[in-house]
Amino acid sequence: MTARIERKESLSPRYEYGGDDYVFVELDQEMSFDANFEAMAITQQIRERDLPGIIEICPANASYMIHFDPDVLAPTDLVDELKQLEQETDLSEYQWDTRIIDFPVLYDDPWTHETLMQFRENHQDPDATDLEYSARINGFDSADEFIDAHAGAPHMVTMVGFVPGLPWCFQMVPREEQIEVPKYLQPRTDTPSRAVGFGGAFTAIYPVQGAGGYQLFGRTPLEVLDVDQQLPSFKDSMVFPKPGDILNFRRIDREEYDAIREEIEDGTYEYTIEAVEFSPEEFFENPHEYNAQLVEVLD
Amino acid sequence: MIKVLEAGLSTTIQDAGRYGHYHIGMPPSGAMDQFAHTVANYLVGNDKGAATVEMTYQGSDFKFTEDTVIAITGAEMAPELNGEPVSMWETLAVSDGDVLSLQFATNGARTYLAVAGGIDVTPVMESRSTYTLVGIGGYDGRTLEDGDTLTIGDAGADRSSLVGNSVADEHIPNYDDEDHIRIVLGLCDYRLTDESKEELCDAEWTVTPEADRVGYRLEGPEIEFKPREQPFGAGTDPSNVVDLGYPVGSIQVPQKPIVLMRDAVTGGGYATVGTVISTDRDLLSQRRTHQPVYFQSVTLEEALAARKARTETLESIRNSLTP
Repeated sequence: MTARIERKESLSPRYEYGGDDYVFVELDQEMSFDANFEAMAITQQIRERDLPGIIEICPANASYMIHFDPDVLAPTDLVDELKQLEQETDLSEYQWDTRIIDFPVLYDDPWTHETLMQFRENHQDPDATDLEYSARINGFDSADEFIDAHAGAPHMVTMVGFVPGLPWCFQMVPREEQIEVPKYLQPRTDTPSRAVGFGGAFTAIYPVQGAGGYQLFGRTPLEVLDVDQQLPSFKDSMVFPKPGDILNFRRIDREEYDAIREEIEDGTYEYTIEAVEFSPEEFFENPHEYNAQLVEVLD
Repeated sequence: MIKVLEAGLSTTIQDAGRYGHYHIGMPPSGAMDQFAHTVANYLVGNDKGAATVEMTYQGSDFKFTEDTVIAITGAEMAPELNGEPVSMWETLAVSDGDVLSLQFATNGARTYLAVAGGIDVTPVMESRSTYTLVGIGGYDGRTLEDGDTLTIGDAGADRSSLVGNSVADEHIPNYDDEDHIRIVLGLCDYRLTDESKEELCDAEWTVTPEADRVGYRLEGPEIEFKPREQPFGAGTDPSNVVDLGYPVGSIQVPQKPIVLMRDAVTGGGYATVGTVISTDRDLLSQRRTHQPVYFQSVTLEEALAARKARTETLESIRNSLTP
């Protein structure tokens, strides 16, 4: 039997006020592609409506948030509008123009390894590495097999935030193939920049050095944030990832990592990006075959 | 120009904030106390969006190299001009060569210096606010250091006729007394036990030393979550939710509450249980380490009424100033 992505038949959104100037809409308490695509579809439409008084439109994993000026747009009117959009949105009518991007990762790299070893004391499994622990609790025989699974199917950027440029990525596989790992019991005070971490059901790439609570799997040579916009792929924005982007994590060795870093530091590296049209319906029906077609364009 | 003789503890350039980029993880930054920032700008004849200098806990010393008008608002910092005490919340004249010095803050935590024409630094994404985490905006994306030189923006006209204007006493906040911070409960407050939800608003919370432009960590009783089987993707801790966006002013409770401020992370996986209303984010930012904070739950209508009252106060201040 071919693996399908089970649809969430009905979402039960909660509309909440954040003080007098935010509306937060939780489409679902659990993560699903349906909830995420719904968040993207509604926020895209609200952006297109260009209502006066809207300050920020922020899609998230299974929710979204609007920051608005209540002196211009009454909070109750905004919620009515959002509820109406929710009623009208039918994902089967939706397609997205998006990008698929080759994203090399040096798994089990020396830098995140050094960091994670400094924080073993409070870890769920002090005698293993984050990769070994994550492999074990997800039923893999080795960290190596686990890495193959993580890099084995593409991931969709379902939210950008925390700090500028950090993508949350959700792997494009059916629920039973999803990896799930706990976050650190106590957040680390340090994480190398460009670390690839995993928490809940999400991969995150840390743009800058700092605190973090995700299990550390590796490090990418690519930047996700370029404040000075020196790299060609950052011409339009200091932040690279966009919600809806598809990242294809590719396992690389140290030699390739160093070669890419050299080009990044020279400001010459061009990210491998292909434009694709994404159809939720086709993806839900046969994700593995659909992913294979998507990834093919990168060869 | 303004020469920074002594920069102080944490002094940055801030304006009304950087908007429209939250969805890429860019917090608004901007003056922590927008009321004091706005009033300072009004006193010197600026729009509220002009950049001011925000000083935290410790005042700075400045030397002016041109004639202009200034105003100081916010936390009391015993300002002196060439060694003589001068008033806050009042338009002051300064001349080429004058030295302004400010002391440690009493009654509040943050003080604003506005100058006619605003502080002229290069806008980044249409804002002059400093966001130090990634080093953008303000003065080279960082806190001011001794010896920095600030350029004053073009005021367009002579503003010396504003000198002597001051804010009526009734409109000057007494920050030390403002210990009730109004919140709208909600977001993910369904995760709290009924006892903890009540306790959030009944308990005395204390501002910890970890209270800055990113967030205010508060100390108080343990918060408890309703037990549940965690939804897919949320993570295992009862405080975890599927990562979501955080409103500025939202209160998250990893264990002890953290109120997110203007440089905060824009999203994450902790349950947020309510949001400080827009007017009271200003007041919270003036609370000092070890001072108490009480959360007072209000309705959306009450929050809107407070916002309206604040707008009217600002208009009334602006209208009272004689050019």
